[in-house]
Amino acid sequence: MAECHPVGFQWVVEAKARGAKVFHIDPRFTRTSALCDRYLNIRAGSDIVLLGALINHVLSNELDFREYVLAYTNAPMIVSEEYRGTEDLDGLFSGFDPETRTYDPATWSYEGVTEEAAAGERSEQLDHGREHADMGGPDQYGAGGAAAHPKPKTDPTLRHPRCVYQILRRHFARYTPDLVAELCGISPEDFAELAEAITAHSGRERTTMWVYSVGWTQHTVGAQYIRAAAILQLLLGNMGRPGGGILALRGHASIQGSTDIPTLFNILPGYLPMPHAHQHETFDDYLARAGGDTGFWGRKRSYMVSLLKAWWGDAATEDNDFRFDHLPRLTGDHSHYSTVMGQIDGTVKGYFVVGENPAVGSAGGRAQRLGLANLEWLVVRDLTLVETATFWKDGPELETGEMRTEDIGTEVFFVPAASHVEKDGTFTNTQRLLQWREKALDPPGDCRSDLWFYYHLGKLLKERASSDERDRPLRELTWDYPEEGVHGDPSASAVLREIGGVGPDGALSGYTELKPDGSTRCGCWIYCGVYADEVNQAARRRPGREQSPEAPEWGWAWPANRRILYNRASADPDGRPWSERKAYIYWDEKKGEWTGPDVPDFEKTKPPGYRPPEGALAEAALSGTDPFIMQADGKGWLYAPAGLVDGPLPAHYEPFESPVRNPLYAQQDNPARRLYPRPESPYNPERSPRFPYVLTTYRLTEHHTAGAMSRPLAYLAELQPELFCEVSPALAAELGLANGDWATIVTSRTAIEARVLVTERVRPLRIQGRIVHQIGLPYHWGWGSGGLVTGDIVNDLMPLALDPNVHIQESKATTCDVRPGRRPRGADLLRLVEEYRHG
Amino acid sequence: MAERMGFFTDTSICIGCKACEVACKEWNQLPDDGFVFEATSYDNTGALGASTWRHVAFIEQQPVWTADGTTGDGDGDGGEKPFQIGPDGRWLMSSDVCKHCTNAGCLDVCPTGALFRTEFGTVVVQSDICNGCGYCVPACPFGVIARREDDGRAWKCTMCYDRLRGGLEPACAKACPTDSIQFGPLDELRERAAARVAELHALGRTEARLYGESPDDGVGGMGAFFLLLDEPEVYGLPPDPVVPTRNLPAMWRWAGAAALTMAGAVALSFLGSSDRLLGRGGPR
Repeated sequence: MAECHPVGFQWVVEAKARGAKVFHIDPRFTRTSALCDRYLNIRAGSDIVLLGALINHVLSNELDFREYVLAYTNAPMIVSEEYRGTEDLDGLFSGFDPETRTYDPATWSYEGVTEEAAAGERSEQLDHGREHADMGGPDQYGAGGAAAHPKPKTDPTLRHPRCVYQILRRHFARYTPDLVAELCGISPEDFAELAEAITAHSGRERTTMWVYSVGWTQHTVGAQYIRAAAILQLLLGNMGRPGGGILALRGHASIQGSTDIPTLFNILPGYLPMPHAHQHETFDDYLARAGGDTGFWGRKRSYMVSLLKAWWGDAATEDNDFRFDHLPRLTGDHSHYSTVMGQIDGTVKGYFVVGENPAVGSAGGRAQRLGLANLEWLVVRDLTLVETATFWKDGPELETGEMRTEDIGTEVFFVPAASHVEKDGTFTNTQRLLQWREKALDPPGDCRSDLWFYYHLGKLLKERASSDERDRPLRELTWDYPEEGVHGDPSASAVLREIGGVGPDGALSGYTELKPDGSTRCGCWIYCGVYADEVNQAARRRPGREQSPEAPEWGWAWPANRRILYNRASADPDGRPWSERKAYIYWDEKKGEWTGPDVPDFEKTKPPGYRPPEGALAEAALSGTDPFIMQADGKGWLYAPAGLVDGPLPAHYEPFESPVRNPLYAQQDNPARRLYPRPESPYNPERSPRFPYVLTTYRLTEHHTAGAMSRPLAYLAELQPELFCEVSPALAAELGLANGDWATIVTSRTAIEARVLVTERVRPLRIQGRIVHQIGLPYHWGWGSGGLVTGDIVNDLMPLALDPNVHIQESKATTCDVRPGRRPRGADLLRLVEEYRHG
Repeated sequence: MAERMGFFTDTSICIGCKACEVACKEWNQLPDDGFVFEATSYDNTGALGASTWRHVAFIEQQPVWTADGTTGDGDGDGGEKPFQIGPDGRWLMSSDVCKHCTNAGCLDVCPTGALFRTEFGTVVVQSDICNGCGYCVPACPFGVIARREDDGRAWKCTMCYDRLRGGLEPACAKACPTDSIQFGPLDELRERAAARVAELHALGRTEARLYGESPDDGVGGMGAFFLLLDEPEVYGLPPDPVVPTRNLPAMWRWAGAAALTMAGAVALSFLGSSDRLLGRGGPR
């Protein structure tokens, strides 16, 4: 966190000054480790073993926050008799089809669901599990997650052998401190200290917080890492309470914003699912399959209608399903890496690359560049001439002879972009806080903001739209923002107002005002209220010293300016604070409302004693003790009966490329992981002696991602001028690597060269009785981007093995070989890699 | 004169982000120092110099790991010393800067008046007056001030004199995310630093100590002082810096006396010589 989020880390320093004990768990000893109370060195890719053992420690010693667990989680729910877990099936869950390597999640459901389905009732799990897997999994259920049975059978004594609590106990029983030592390389003493600390600092009086970054997500089991942390935090009662939670540190400024208003293929603004061409023929089909009808997600018709009205205005009416048919449709997996394969195969002919640099920034760079070279046209918008725009004249395949400029037909349009100080707009960061910033100066030359680019491109396209029915969505699109300045910049605040929602009386104050009848328009329902009272709430800058610690008047947090999500859980079922020390949101009996220093994440006047009538829908279906209001059942899910494509519980699988055998199950790696078994980017053989070392990649404080924003800047480039690999003195001695000299790192994809940094901060681990060496590579270099410093491309080494839920690549744990000296040049490089592949 | 202003750099909360180095160069429009990988931990800056007025040192103090993943604690049994941050293994980071000494050698020896003491008690070079004589360079006991190769003039940290005059804090302190670099009235900073040391000692971190806060040291106290977690030498700081001009008054007295003596001797010798020239005292 200190390494990649130094500004945010000031709050960790602050917490430490107030007595917090801070652990750092990481494969490398970083600038964060240097500042923490305890550092635990972990083998990259083994975190579920550690988290699983912590869960087991909590369960087997009954250290869970029982009152919280009973009231607010699905611990008492009874699961179907047909469910089989990894204990029964040696590493698989029931429903696995080895042919397609996908799960049918039907048997993971609660007891009774299958019977009802047989009786003709709709069941999310039974109908659509596999299709959802194909289209990016959980996102297809929208912000509410999959709709599990809202009223399953329960056993409040937690003794029923098929209740979630008992299933968890059995599932995690084999995750022991000894296993942590064997697989993670963390000693039983260190584990005991961590386990003691997190359990002693959880409960009524105290809370523990987990903070993670892409080190947890870029794995073939990435989503399950986060699930494991969520289970632990729910068991300890650390969700929805001050000082608790799981903080996801994002990888760029406003990456949270770019999922809220998505740049992802499978969702629309506010996590509404992108409709599918064949499953969602009509608006009603779509709504019926896009998650549950209870909880606040039950109002999804209002959210969707308001979005369609924002986009198609008066043309969108009740009679034409609010122009639902105007939306583009999915036909399958259109994620990043599948799109690249489509380029190589010639099915994807055009490509917009905006503020990204896949030629050096994505895994398996060679496949990326082969794809780019096979396009008809490519639009690149960036601050500098990034490698993605210049691969055709100076890419590494030219040197190896795999490509010749004259053979590449791709027409490249480079459109220079304005930087963040050259345009108005908002940042939405980790804590869901929208912060408005003013333009400081005009962009130079032809540089323009993305907003300008898309707005004027849209205007040109609308001018050219034909009277053909096919162009009707374009013709009817609302596209009328006020223009400002000499270049006709569309007003960013007008866009924000549209996103924040308007009704007949002007700007809306919150998403509960959105209507299903077409009388409201809202570009992103979770942002509804950001322009309340016709004021840009994101631009508020009341200093912290002039308000409460929650600082509700600094910027605006979605949803409804809530600073802690699900904060109903900060009170006990009766609505009283769990303790005075941790009091936050509580029920004021006299006033008959929820109150506290934050906006209650609950209906303000719904009393703790409220019980829903039969057949209630939306939030009315949740009781006064259901804090997780976006879930169809209002509960925190220890066990996910639907929604994940690789299992209802996290299980440890080795990274796809690992030097270690999985001793837990016969199943070595995630059975549902997504692969692209193609010659453009081959895989290292399993536990191959040719690739004996664990390789992990990361960032340095001094640079940003693939370097296009930092390598051209002298003051940053001089601080970390060259690509280096971090190795332990033991490995350096073994291989004859000298500090400051060169090393070559090899995988089945390619070989790259890097300077050697020998450091005791990298430590050999004893795994399964033998020494496993890890090496680390920062990935900030490439050949171009106007860089004052250049270097080989670390991402070229990485495999195209993906998490099946979210389609992210496993770039935090793979295998490699290391040899002293520089890499061969030209065709000799190909020969070296070929030797390794077939060695 | 305004109140004396200074820096207190608390290295116990430095995260080595180098924002101070970048902010300093950006504000003061300093040239880069070239793009050379030094292979010394994460430090590619090396030292303070004419174009580097903040320098973050990275000191790796890790236990030596043996090939089997344990520390070699020397007892021959493959020692199972658990890895921990503490006296055995640390990554120290510290942002160094000009000390703005009470008795500043650079200022004392400057023949042109280019170096002067500001109304904030800081020491600043006026680049339009500096003639590049370089006397100040060896006069600094910390090796802070240096000459640029292109024009020969001497440069160093100004504690952002221009920002101070505009009522702003120096760029480095402003950019520091953890408040490792604190700027303020020196007396106040000294109190704050003493409290911080006491706090760390109470937590058992008895290795914390201040460097340069005492007016009794060899430079009369530093306008930029530090909280360190080890001996100053570990950070590349002199353990007992003494301004070379400290004994200058006495030296001038001695030199004066010596000059008088010499003059007398010369006069006497002339007297003798004239005797000889005049043919007095010699047999003829």
